[in-house]
Amino acid sequence: MGGTIAANLIAKECGDRAHVTVADATGIHVYQPGFLYVAIGQEHAGSLQRAEAQLLRKDITLLVDRAVRVDPQTKNVSFESGRSLAYDQLLLATGSRTMIDEVPGGAGAHDFYSMVGAERLFQALTAFQGGTIVIGVAGIPYKCPPAPVEFVFLLDDYLRSRGIREKSQIKLLSPLNRAFTIEATSKLVQPILAERDIELTGFFNVESVDPIDRTVTSMEGETVGYDLLVLVPPHRGQKVIEDSGLGDERGWVPTDKNTLKHTKFADIWAIGDTTNIPISKSGSVAHYEATVAAAEISAVVRGEAAPQHLYDGKVMCFLETGHGEATTIRFDYDHPPVSPSPARRWHWAKLLFNKTYWHTVPQGRLP
Amino acid sequence: MSSITVDKSIDARGMACPGPLMNLIGAIRQGQVGQVFEVLSSDEGSKTDIPAWVAKAKHEMVEVRPDAGFVHFIVRKAR
Repeated sequence: MGGTIAANLIAKECGDRAHVTVADATGIHVYQPGFLYVAIGQEHAGSLQRAEAQLLRKDITLLVDRAVRVDPQTKNVSFESGRSLAYDQLLLATGSRTMIDEVPGGAGAHDFYSMVGAERLFQALTAFQGGTIVIGVAGIPYKCPPAPVEFVFLLDDYLRSRGIREKSQIKLLSPLNRAFTIEATSKLVQPILAERDIELTGFFNVESVDPIDRTVTSMEGETVGYDLLVLVPPHRGQKVIEDSGLGDERGWVPTDKNTLKHTKFADIWAIGDTTNIPISKSGSVAHYEATVAAAEISAVVRGEAAPQHLYDGKVMCFLETGHGEATTIRFDYDHPPVSPSPARRWHWAKLLFNKTYWHTVPQGRLP
Repeated sequence: MSSITVDKSIDARGMACPGPLMNLIGAIRQGQVGQVFEVLSSDEGSKTDIPAWVAKAKHEMVEVRPDAGFVHFIVRKAR
């Protein structure tokens, strides 16, 4: 997403002074925040995907090929097909990948971090007739920190709608000693978890799964049984980042938190999940960072001094709290997170954002 | 000055809570039993979060040492 926004903004800003190429492995643009809704049967795959070409300005070249190596010395990108492409400025918006195989016994766990995973999870929920559903986190950082909390609230609604909530237990295993990363929002949602009879266990960092005994064990030494297990898989940066020596030990790109430039290599920028910036890996971060990176790169292309438009750590996320309500989370580097009381309007705002996404966000029409 | 040999130091100064703790958990997840990890944190929340997690996870809190505007948390992976 971030790459699409930035490409459109750079092409618009620079006109014929720049030739913008977007290299994408599949040519399909996927709206990942929708996976959560696929997992509980409120959304389907078709509405979450578009051809990338439809979302790019016509003066942008789309290269459907998987980047396999970046050489920052010769300023060249190599692709799976064997072709290569030289660059003057390179924006890395390669995102993250999930690594469930890093969790011993975890391969059979469900997840909502891919389309396939979300569809498979909904099939399992459809067949579920009661028992214990456990939701755990098998590695940090991970995409969309509020997602496990949102999922348990939506799951509670789903099980109630089927009339099997009383035969079911929902257990949320959090890696921290609260519902999720942000303390203020955790204080807001924890009473709602208790009210909905969703059991929260803190400091439970999933280490391994025993799929025979149906238990999950934490780094902290606790073991919990399950009938249906949903895991947030471990995340790491893309292979091309690691293979090119551009990232740290987990493949995250060392990035200046304000300028979004690679801290070691000139003319390389990074946004979104790709970076090592200690901030939420979320769509909103990628969105706001894309506008900053696009302005900076456009200024370089035009030969101007870099604009004073630095990334200020702005994050804005919705958080579903079930029963048709949601809240929001807003913060930046200098202002702590603020969340209003859950209300229906935030739920509808999130759904409206999801529906209008295709006509606003990729084109850079939202600031 | 501390005489403890640190295997990996994480400079989490400037990171908001729970960044320093998350980094420590990630490092211990990847590390070996017996290795010593140091986290430098300027976040107030770390003063309670990090010792609480180390106790829960049954690792060893080797040292908590205040410095100029930040704290050194030194932890040995015990199991």
